[in-house]
Amino acid sequence: MATREIAVVSFAQTNSRRNELDETEMLLPVITEAVKRSGIARSDIGFTCSGSCDYLGGRPFSFVMVIDAIGAWPPIEESHVEMDGAFALYEAWVRLQHGDIDAALVYAFGKSSQGDLPDVMVTQLDPYYVAPLWPDSISLAALQARAMLDEKRCTELEMAEIAVRNRKSAKANPHAHLKGDHLAANLLGEPYAVAPLRRHDCPPITDGATAIVLAAGDLARKVCKRPAFIRGIDHRIEPHALGLRDLTRSPSTKLAGERAGVGKGKIDVAELHAPFTHQEVILRDALGLGAEVDVNPSGGALGANPMMVAGLNRIGEAAQRILDGKANRVLAHATSGPCLQQNLVCVLEAE
Amino acid sequence: MSEPKPKQDEPIKRMLAPVRLEFTVSAGRDKTAFLGAIIEGRILGGRCPSCRKVYVPPRGCPTCGVEMVGDIPISDHGVVTTFCTVSIPFEGQTMKLPYVYASIVLDGADVPIFHLVDGIDAKDARMGLRVRADWRPPAERKPTMESIRAFVPTGEPDAAFDTYKEHL
Ligand SMILES: [Zn+2]
Repeated sequence: MATREIAVVSFAQTNSRRNELDETEMLLPVITEAVKRSGIARSDIGFTCSGSCDYLGGRPFSFVMVIDAIGAWPPIEESHVEMDGAFALYEAWVRLQHGDIDAALVYAFGKSSQGDLPDVMVTQLDPYYVAPLWPDSISLAALQARAMLDEKRCTELEMAEIAVRNRKSAKANPHAHLKGDHLAANLLGEPYAVAPLRRHDCPPITDGATAIVLAAGDLARKVCKRPAFIRGIDHRIEPHALGLRDLTRSPSTKLAGERAGVGKGKIDVAELHAPFTHQEVILRDALGLGAEVDVNPSGGALGANPMMVAGLNRIGEAAQRILDGKANRVLAHATSGPCLQQNLVCVLEAE
Repeated sequence: MSEPKPKQDEPIKRMLAPVRLEFTVSAGRDKTAFLGAIIEGRILGGRCPSCRKVYVPPRGCPTCGVEMVGDIPISDHGVVTTFCTVSIPFEGQTMKLPYVYASIVLDGADVPIFHLVDGIDAKDARMGLRVRADWRPPAERKPTMESIRAFVPTGEPDAAFDTYKEHL
């Protein structure tokens, strides 16, 4: 079955940092801006889908309170995923395939700074065998990094160089949180945070919100000069039990990339959701990205890591390069779960 | 916490896995302004630039999805639009039974707040009753609605139904 053409027509995000706003206050200007830039009236948006995580705010149904930010009256068709907003975008893409509506709003929010984030993330683990041991998210990433080093898939210097490149790229991104010029050799002089990870290998704790408007073929062309058409999108998951996985590889990313058609043409820009430095190595490998591909010109999740938002930001940042006429074919990747458990790959193209 | 150890060959029916997470949540910009004013004995609202409705406390307009500036002073007098009478005891109860919990539209606002109504026999509570905030003394006020002890009757004649029917 042929898929319906769907494009990203607008993208707006908060200036990522830690803030004193509540979730609705973070979202309101972002949704207003994305809808305004889309050129589509709110009343013409047929579906709205969001991604967030209740554990970040420590209260149930936190996504219901932010409905205020959408202007949900008269009542709208709305859905939510307890995941990164990139997976909400996938749901919206599927909804648009039905053909009865032409535009959808996708948004995500995360106030990561309200709790002890590495501990909060334990709540996403297997509740019987893993969570009671309380392995925090940094320790799990460190386990994966250790496996990478032991298998000689990367070195600590290469990891530091990835941090240097992302933080340097983040300087050009006004929305990024952690940016600056560093020397890899100097970073290696820093103590370990959780060995073999040093602080520079880890993402910042960022509060943020993002909104994207999707439109189907004709509407996208009508409202947007250079729509970023989604030419392939797929997501795959790996076993829940960490011990069943080869943590140094990402077969789910590889498969999602193949299904999304990554190899069908040259990729100009790839936005990879790699919160930890060594994960960029795993993802580049799984997606077959060579040195010629511009990876994370936004600074990536190492530059700003609002939980449940950073994956959707990869799609937004990649799409924006098409909207701005700076690229013709881009790749966006989003991840969810410990050690890159679940992965989404999206290929976007200009016409 | 301890669990009795299951006997050999007995199926395990329960496991304990305590989770404790602590959060520090900021009230946000609008609630910070609102609760700050409450300490000073003032009530703030915000007017939606799109539908013109005045919300108390100020918040993003849930109908229009737009931000509003929360700087409109609202009266601490208002009208009971609807109410309930609590007559059954419950854990944590502090009020003497029976008592009245009401939806109150403050003068100048378009949406109600909820608070206790005191200074009246529960059986005399009614729609249209005019009430005012009974503030706690300044030294006892905190960033909470409990800085208003309760709403009490003003003694004015009841408001006509037509004057508040839009706010029910
Ligand atoms: Zn309004």
